[in-house]
Amino acid sequence: MLSTRNLSFAFGGSASKTLQFPDITCPTGEHWLLLGQSGSGKTTLLHLLAGLRTPQSGTVNINGTAINELTGTALDRFRGREIGVVFQQSHFVRALSIRENLALCRQLAGLPPSSKKITALLKQLNITDKQHDLPQELSVGEQQRAAIARALINEPSLILADEPTSALDDKNTDQVIDLLKAQATAANATLVIVTHDNRLKSVFEQRIEL
Amino acid sequence: MNLLRLSWKNLTFKPLSMLLSITLFALGVGLISLLFLLQHQLQDKFEKNLAGVDLVIGAKGSPLQLILSSMYHVDAPTGNIELGAVKPFLNPKHPLIETAIPLSMGDNYRTFRIIGTNSDILDIYEAKIAQGKVWERNFEVTIGSKVARDAGLKLGDTFSSSHGFVEDDNLGHEHTAFKVVGILATSGTVLDQLILTTNQSYWLTHDHGPAPTPAATGEENDHDGHDHGDDAHDHGDEHDHEGHDHGDDAHDHGDEHDHEGHDHGDDAHEHDHEGHDHEGHDHGVEKTVPKPLLEEPAEKQITALLVRFKGRNYQALNMQRNINENTEMQAATPAIEINRLYSLMDSGEQALRILAFVIIIVSALSIFISLLSSLRERKYELALMRVMGSSHSKLFMLILVEGLILALLGWALGFLVSHGSMHLFAGQLAEAYGYDFSGWIFLPQEWLVLLGSLALGIVAAILPAMKAGQTDISETLLKE
Repeated sequence: MLSTRNLSFAFGGSASKTLQFPDITCPTGEHWLLLGQSGSGKTTLLHLLAGLRTPQSGTVNINGTAINELTGTALDRFRGREIGVVFQQSHFVRALSIRENLALCRQLAGLPPSSKKITALLKQLNITDKQHDLPQELSVGEQQRAAIARALINEPSLILADEPTSALDDKNTDQVIDLLKAQATAANATLVIVTHDNRLKSVFEQRIEL
Repeated sequence: MNLLRLSWKNLTFKPLSMLLSITLFALGVGLISLLFLLQHQLQDKFEKNLAGVDLVIGAKGSPLQLILSSMYHVDAPTGNIELGAVKPFLNPKHPLIETAIPLSMGDNYRTFRIIGTNSDILDIYEAKIAQGKVWERNFEVTIGSKVARDAGLKLGDTFSSSHGFVEDDNLGHEHTAFKVVGILATSGTVLDQLILTTNQSYWLTHDHGPAPTPAATGEENDHDGHDHGDDAHDHGDEHDHEGHDHGDDAHDHGDEHDHEGHDHGDDAHEHDHEGHDHEGHDHGVEKTVPKPLLEEPAEKQITALLVRFKGRNYQALNMQRNINENTEMQAATPAIEINRLYSLMDSGEQALRILAFVIIIVSALSIFISLLSSLRERKYELALMRVMGSSHSKLFMLILVEGLILALLGWALGFLVSHGSMHLFAGQLAEAYGYDFSGWIFLPQEWLVLLGSLALGIVAAILPAMKAGQTDISETLLKE
């Protein structure tokens, strides 16, 4: 369950560039699309939802926790455990293999390594044969799948995806969206995808327009 | 995947940059450590060999040279002094002097210096006999442990000396046969590399040398007659082999018999030649217990005198001044000369030390720059780690540990380099000076170097680490 109330954000702390966001309520397990043009503050909203930024006013509530009230390490820990984020461009710890990246993700969130879980997830995302490669050795599509794997490995209750398909062709887009939906459903996680990609409109019923 | 392993992976991801940082660091650390090692071992050698000697008396010249030649046996002597001039100091009743040790030098066997002296020298260096006994008679020698080892000499072995301090077959005293009667236990002092014999042995080998005998070249046959080893067989019955001047006293050896001035005179008198079994004796006539130096003629020469005072008072200081001002000799204080040597070496060392510090600063700078530039390349990954739940302090530690690993590896490599090159140096130094150095001596200062290295690693990494710790996830990711 994700909900926001009266959320606003001020760039550089000045009132002149304040973004006001509509209230959002996404029940647990639902899949939502956040649509908007460039500059409409989509990514800012996503960062607010992920607790990467502090709002000027309002609250973000995830499964009963007001994350804007958390600070420092507590927020870091909560984010690591409860929120999985897929970015427009996938970033990894470049010196680690895909498998090690997933293991690091669990470790940073303070979770046990669980090698079995990693193996299963890699298999589901069909990148088992790339697990020992360095991120830079993977194709863009493979990288995005690996990024999804990393977002899912801690079994978060909220999955946030920022333009996950903008760099992908149609075929890979379908694949990635299917995977995201399937994995979110399997983990009973709330999925919010921020995008301006019209290809996705047909796939999601719940939409928020900014 | 703990912090250490992650740091390590990050570093090895850029192996060349890592190699550069570590190599530079190792170079600086290695140079510093090597200087420590050299300085320590040199001072150790110098101080061990001071042996409580308060004054060295020798021929006029450089006092440092006198000390180096007669105490450390690395330089040429300043010259010789007449026994007569130092006889007062040799008198055991001298009010100021506790011990006075006469040294005669100038010959070597396979570069090991042969020193004519008395057994008091063993006491001041606290040396012990390991095998055999102390030399007593002329041409008996007691050798240092290093001599025994390196020249392969055993008890009972005989050898001929060479003139000077370098190995040169042309300068051999072929007719002098020294016999090893004792081997000293390793004392860690200069005695380890010396061959000790009587002062008189020197005179017996050398007195013929400078004797201005015109026939020296013309009477080769006579000289051949000196091959005592061969002649020894018929010594008893046929007593006329040319060249041996047994009957004559020392006073007339110059005019009549010109066999290069062999001075058998005094000794020969005390010997019953007819009955003596010369078999196997090369120099039977000379192998006698010498008289105390005090009873030897005043015109005989020695090279230096090592003096230990009963107490260091102003009279003792006056004695040094007196010798320097009123005699043809000089007196030098080892401690002062060695300090002078230290200060000479110090300026060279200073330059090297400055160089080492410059290298170390550059290496710290290289660590700083490589961390900072890797930070720039890794800013997304650091932001990502924050997204994955990593705290500010964890990122700070991650970079700090990277700096520490570089410093630690640099130190370790430098440590190996310094001891390794000291080991290589040791061989050269041993060849040049005869002193044993070792690459496998470890000093407490090296712990300081380690601590310094780690501190430097922290200093170099702290700014990049702080920058990493302050990574703002949102700002960074928005800029993609």
